[in-house]
Amino acid sequence: MPKLQFDKARCSTCKAVSCLTKCQYLSLDAASAKKEWQKIINGEDSFVLEACTTCYACEEYCPHGNHPFYMIVDRQEEQGILPSPRPIITMWVNQCEPVGKFTVGLMQEKALSYCFLPHFNALAHGKLFEDIEYSVIFGQEFFCNAVYLHYAKTSLIRARLPGILDNIRKQGIKELICLHDECYATYASLAPAYGIEVPFKPVHYYEYLIERLKSLKGMVKPLGLKVAFQRNCSTRLIPQMDAVLDDLLKLIGVERIDRKYDRKNALCCAEIFRMGKGPDLADDVQKRNLDDMQASNPDYVVFNCPACWDSLAGKVAERGLQPIHIIDLCKLAIGEEQSLKLAKMEAEV
Amino acid sequence: MIDIYSELTAIIDKDYVSNSKEELYMYGRDPGLMPAHEPEYVVMPTTVEEVQAIIRLANREKIAVVPKGGGLSLTGLVIPQKGGILLDMKRMDKIIEVNEKGGYAIVEGGTTHGALKSHLLKNYPHLRHSIPDSPPIATVVANAVIHGQGRLTQQRGFNSDMVSGLEVVLPTSEICKIGSCAVSQYWFSKGPPLPDLSSLFFGWFGTTGVITKLGIKLYPCKKYRDPVLFLTDKAELVPDIMRKLGRTEMIEDLVVNAQPIPLRYKDNYYILFYITGDTEEEMEFKRKMCWSALWDYFEKREGGFVSLVPEMKAPMLSMPSKDTTRFADVSKGGGFEYSGPIAPIEKYPVYVKKLIDLAEKYGLFYSSAARMIDGGHSMMFSFSYTFNRADPQTMKRAKDALDEAAEFAIENGGVMWKPNLDEQKITMAKMDPNTLDLMMRIKKLLDPNGIMNPGNWEVSK
Ligand SMILES: Cc1cc2nc3c(=O)[nH]c(=O)nc-3n(C[C@H](O)[C@H](O)[C@H](O)COP(=O)(O)OP(=O)(O)OC[C@H]3O[C@@H](n4cnc5c(N)ncnc54)[C@H](O)[C@@H]3O)c2cc1C
Ligand code: SF4
Ligand code: SF4
Repeated sequence: MPKLQFDKARCSTCKAVSCLTKCQYLSLDAASAKKEWQKIINGEDSFVLEACTTCYACEEYCPHGNHPFYMIVDRQEEQGILPSPRPIITMWVNQCEPVGKFTVGLMQEKALSYCFLPHFNALAHGKLFEDIEYSVIFGQEFFCNAVYLHYAKTSLIRARLPGILDNIRKQGIKELICLHDECYATYASLAPAYGIEVPFKPVHYYEYLIERLKSLKGMVKPLGLKVAFQRNCSTRLIPQMDAVLDDLLKLIGVERIDRKYDRKNALCCAEIFRMGKGPDLADDVQKRNLDDMQASNPDYVVFNCPACWDSLAGKVAERGLQPIHIIDLCKLAIGEEQSLKLAKMEAEV
Repeated sequence: MIDIYSELTAIIDKDYVSNSKEELYMYGRDPGLMPAHEPEYVVMPTTVEEVQAIIRLANREKIAVVPKGGGLSLTGLVIPQKGGILLDMKRMDKIIEVNEKGGYAIVEGGTTHGALKSHLLKNYPHLRHSIPDSPPIATVVANAVIHGQGRLTQQRGFNSDMVSGLEVVLPTSEICKIGSCAVSQYWFSKGPPLPDLSSLFFGWFGTTGVITKLGIKLYPCKKYRDPVLFLTDKAELVPDIMRKLGRTEMIEDLVVNAQPIPLRYKDNYYILFYITGDTEEEMEFKRKMCWSALWDYFEKREGGFVSLVPEMKAPMLSMPSKDTTRFADVSKGGGFEYSGPIAPIEKYPVYVKKLIDLAEKYGLFYSSAARMIDGGHSMMFSFSYTFNRADPQTMKRAKDALDEAAEFAIENGGVMWKPNLDEQKITMAKMDPNTLDLMMRIKKLLDPNGIMNPGNWEVSK
């Protein structure tokens, strides 16, 4: 089984212990953080392992490129800690199990990954995807499995990921455009951290969109909009992409509002917290985030992750704000319409 | 020789009388596992007088009459065991009255749940009735006749408890009003303060008369309705979870699902319940009450709430549940039957174990939905197996599994719901002999010629 490549030596000389001191859900000074972190490295019990909300952020807070969050998850699993109730974890384990049902389109060497998220079927069409829209993979067989980081199950990731990568390789894919941020994070951060070789070039869809918009230059009309960005958990595994997003937004004339809960201080959608820690924490995080979005008075609230969309877009709309996915924002810039919209739910009573 | 066909066409327009082979074939079976037996005639009356005339003819000729609604009770209750006349009630489909202030509707003997639902949605969107999860062609009357359960059963008991009056053509052909409507122009009660005679017609499977009209109570539609899903992987926790939720008195319907596919269901028990309210505050309060009722399981990591995305909520909010109907044909070939004991909720763990053991023993695909009744006083537990009707071997295995399930359910304190003929026999064998005697005396009194749905609730000689 692949093992986490973690450099303990870096931690021994690290004074700030930013991984824990910056955590939004723990309040630790550098001295106590150092103590707790040492316990975690040693494989001893630490309250941090129970208290961790699995927001992924420490992965970004470490300035030395170590993998504190993956380490936490490994340790949680070793110690049998359940970040969510066991039946919830079981449900996740079962529902994404590859069962040999390959859902693929007309495959080319360059392909789109929908991961296991049907939202992309609405999003990934139109001019922006003209030459590639049918070269698609979808489903359990191609599911990146990073979600198990929330459930103390790196063993499952390590067990399933090589097979998933092989499934992708067997489709003849050389370059995989990951429409789900978390897939890119899996191939660009998680797999390398465990020494798992990725047999294709992963491309983040921000990068793809930048290239595509550049080639459609004549069509792009700067939108002149101000947006509040909803940063999702997996962006913490690939913080280098945050600047790429800025480039993308600039290209379409969109200003990313400098609000309290964006960038390093971002709040995730918090729906995982509801299942793991209960409604109080989730409601509090969501309320703070939504209040902050509202106060920033954006033209749109922009989503990167479909899971955030499912958790928050409705609540955003209830506040009179407009939710939109990044891909759709780019579509607006070339005169196309928003394609992912809130499902109208009418309760039959 | 008496020409019954001609006599029937003298009563009903000949387009709605049939003795043609194809039709007799269709009306001789249901989607379940009981052996087929064809009627000799099929009729589709539209008036009470027509029903009366048919019953008179049947008494004179001593031939059987079997009323049929949607034919979806699945346990052979509409299979004419002794041939005779099959009385298809589909054309008696009017919604006669909706008494908005009194909160009831009066429907005819063949009005479907689907029709009543659409009528209310269109004309009285603030009112609703208790909809079962059977396909929408199931009839309101037949569902009450078999003591069905619907979306309001957790709060208000069996659908038959929500009946507010009846009009019946007795087996001796008199038209008889039951409940307040026997005395008053209002259909507000099926019995009280009079002797409650409605129980002469519920649970009898049409052996005591043909219901031609029925009053059904209507309840307010709340502005908001939200499904909540709680999972546990321990069957032994399910009864307490059900009880605790029931005792909050905050929830509407509650159903526990156990099935191995889709894969997200595997190895867990899915406790789905609904919260309704007129304001966000009411919803939030109820949600919190439910969370705190189950907090212990959550803390011990033995149970958890699932965050539901809109795609997951949509099918949960549909009424009837499309998923139930989809499951019914999972083996393809249209075969579906379930044995459903009504039982104390504490029996959940032993029943679910038996469900899975039997699926393994007989190589079948299983599922179970257990609906809580009346705040937890009992539940309907379904042992469901699907089969392909074109595959007699699987059908045999499914029947054997269901027979064994029924025996087990009864041994373990349950009472079979809508029992097929075999299950009726087991039930009667276990019944207090004086109760059975009373039942038989009532039946004989009401139906001296034994013409009504014969074979059902009969003690074999
Ligand atoms: C997928 C699926 C899901 C289901 N879910 C539910 C559920 O959630 N709740 C539930 O309760 N049931 C459920 N059922 C079972 C069943 O379909 C329903 O109970 C349904 O309401 C039965 O109505 P019907 O009109 O089909 O009855 P039928 O099968 O036509 O008749 C049932 C009995 O009533 C008698 N009868 C019919 N009409 C009259 C009359 N006018 N006068 C006197 N006797 C009469 C018949 O002789 C028979 O004995 C489900 C079935 C399926 C296939
Ligand atoms: S993981 Fe990073 S931030 Fe944490 S102690 Fe080690 S080097 Fe420092
Ligand atoms: S994952 Fe989030 S909650 Fe957990 S330790 Fe890291 S920063 Fe803190």
